[in-house]
Amino acid sequence: MIDQVFTDALLDRFDSSSFRHHEDCLTLDCNPSSIKDLLTHLRDEETFDLLVDLTAIDHGTNTENRFSVVIHLYSRIHRDYLRIHSPCSDNDSPEFPSLSELFPAANWHEREAFDMFGITFTEHPNLKRILMWDSYPHFPLRKDFPLAGIETPLPADDVAEVTQANVDPAPMMGGPFVSSGDGMMSESEPRAKDESWTEQAEKPK
Amino acid sequence: MTANEIAYNGKVEGDVIVTKADAVINWIRKHSVWPMPMGLACCAIELMAAAASRYDISRFGMEVMRFSPRQSDCMIVAGTVTYKMAEVVRRIYDQMGDPKWVVAMGACASTGGMYRSYAVMQGVDTIVPVDVYVSGCPPRPEALLDAMIKLQDKIGDESSVKNLKGSKEIELAS
Amino acid sequence: MSTKTVELNIGDVGAKGADASAKVDSEKMALNVGPSHPTTHGVLRLMMDLDGDLITSCEPVLGYLHRGDEKIAENMTYNQFVPYTDRLDYLSPLANNVAYAIAVEKIAGIDLPERCEAIRVLVCEMARVSSHLLGMGVFGMDAGAWTPFMYTFTEREKLYTLFEELTGARFTTSYTRIGGVARDIPDGWLDRVTHFCDNLPKAIDEVEKLLTRNRIFIDRTEGIGEVSKEDAIAFGFTGPNLRASGVDLDLRKDKPYSGYEKYDFDVPIGTRGDCYDRYLVRIEEVRQSLRIIKQVIANFPDGLWYAEDARKIFAPPKDKILSSMEELIQNFMIVTEGPQIPEGEVYFEAENPKGALGFYVVSKGGGVPYRLKIRAPSFCNLSILEHMVPGHMLSDITVILGSLDFVMGECDR
Repeated sequence: MIDQVFTDALLDRFDSSSFRHHEDCLTLDCNPSSIKDLLTHLRDEETFDLLVDLTAIDHGTNTENRFSVVIHLYSRIHRDYLRIHSPCSDNDSPEFPSLSELFPAANWHEREAFDMFGITFTEHPNLKRILMWDSYPHFPLRKDFPLAGIETPLPADDVAEVTQANVDPAPMMGGPFVSSGDGMMSESEPRAKDESWTEQAEKPK
Repeated sequence: MTANEIAYNGKVEGDVIVTKADAVINWIRKHSVWPMPMGLACCAIELMAAAASRYDISRFGMEVMRFSPRQSDCMIVAGTVTYKMAEVVRRIYDQMGDPKWVVAMGACASTGGMYRSYAVMQGVDTIVPVDVYVSGCPPRPEALLDAMIKLQDKIGDESSVKNLKGSKEIELAS
Repeated sequence: MSTKTVELNIGDVGAKGADASAKVDSEKMALNVGPSHPTTHGVLRLMMDLDGDLITSCEPVLGYLHRGDEKIAENMTYNQFVPYTDRLDYLSPLANNVAYAIAVEKIAGIDLPERCEAIRVLVCEMARVSSHLLGMGVFGMDAGAWTPFMYTFTEREKLYTLFEELTGARFTTSYTRIGGVARDIPDGWLDRVTHFCDNLPKAIDEVEKLLTRNRIFIDRTEGIGEVSKEDAIAFGFTGPNLRASGVDLDLRKDKPYSGYEKYDFDVPIGTRGDCYDRYLVRIEEVRQSLRIIKQVIANFPDGLWYAEDARKIFAPPKDKILSSMEELIQNFMIVTEGPQIPEGEVYFEAENPKGALGFYVVSKGGGVPYRLKIRAPSFCNLSILEHMVPGHMLSDITVILGSLDFVMGECDR
């Protein structure tokens, strides 16, 4: 059972971790330097042997710790999840210790976090892009990357030559069609966020 | 072949039909189109359903879904084409032998569909010439069959002999 | 005429052959399977090194169907994102819709009426039947049997007719909304579902007759692609693949959601974790799903199909919108700004036919999520290929991929 006794015992043992909340499942904050010890303890002694998810969040370009890694574990004995938030070291080229030795399932999740956010997982056996092509220069899920994309050459040169095709920003046509509701309408309405600007058609002011 | 394409009088000509070369060649081509299913995403499931027994694509002679581009006539692009996949689609299109046609099945293959994002190519016609676009997300199998019938009509209108003569300098026996 | 017999002394041919091949430097052949290949079930690319017929290394390359769903989610309201969840595991779209809706409703703290929960369980189980039927049909096709594919597709067409009557689309249904489902079930629909369930066991029996005790099928699948219990847990397997390896983990029993605790069903567990076990687990799961569907229909509750008190989240019914001012404004706000979900984060996993589909939603208030992570079961199931495939023959690849039953739509998102 994941109750107050369990939580207190865990936090006493690892004082680099702290309690965050227990709304849907126990959520802890942990330092990246002691994350491996915490996870080893959870896996071997507390039966949290299933790593269900490892992902990252970008908190915005002007926050102190921009990227943080979120790990979800599941225990079949407790029948519950456990979530750990852990900040990454640097804002420009973030790093985090790799967990693929402890949990082989983390291997591909870390590759995806690297692909989408640019977080380098130290000591990862094969840190390559997994969802975008290898030579893609940007990190799509960062908050400063537009949904429509940035123009890059097509990954295959011969196809690009024959077809004159390019990786172009997708035409948003006034979308995405969501309004935030607060503030001035000229800023919150979808047309203001139109991302289909190119060199020929300027972004609407 | 319709009645006004052939000149035939059984009693006089016996078992010989006189018609245009185009009519015969196109008739043969359109009634045995062998599709190459480029099944990428959800539309591939509707493509499989069109090939299954309820919406039998075999009635049109198209059940021979050859996954080898060398043996197929028509590439049905069913699903979202991402930029990473574009190279593969084009290479397979290049490997198909003439005459070849392309059907863009579904919204994603026609124009990118509802995926207006950084990784999705907004329409497969950026890299291959498309003959028939099918709308729908996914299009019903009946819509796909309608598209194949339209493709058959298009094939019937092609000037096949001119294409054959014009592709290389062929000296025909005069 | 007498034939002359001449004796030739050619020595031990076998030894000579062994000598010759020992001197030949056997090089590994690099073979690329896919991304466009009939057996890769979508666009998966396998870069393999072969020593003759034996695979020595296998590296899967994904991403050929990466459409940017998670980035799109950060720019859409919660209800606008429902069609994208359809296209994740496009063989069981209703199950994805339900998983997403429950995840967001957990942050908002909405309690659903019993009728809505029963509808969701019913469509989830029908989606499970649909997905497993196709999985097993295509698995048979991979092993060389064409007929089961046709039989299972016929049954799926009947399911499509039922889905179309309920939601308006054959698949890609987009049926759930945050706070309920889009519309109530039509009259007489439950009778048609019962009729379908009465006829389905015959069809499954026919498929089983063709495959389960078929000598060729067993030879091709037994002992192939074995995944041990420890490996399955270490690599993040979930769903029928995990249960075939002997681990008793079914989220419908362990962490029941949407009223699953009310229904009585068994969970099949395998022993060896090979391809044959995965096939057997899925066939049995279809039968158990039929059991659940019958129980749901037998005790179908009355009531509303949406949460009435979720005022800023679920749009009120059309007749009230068109006649009352407050409902009109409410509808306007929900459509333009999205359902107002409070601040918080949630991770919810549902037991989908492919495994455990998880949604990690971080909300900072408002109608648009701040971060939406989709934990795809196929993504995690595929990570074992690098570890499991070496040591098998090339012709086992089709059987292994078919038995893992993955879908690239949710793997790449």
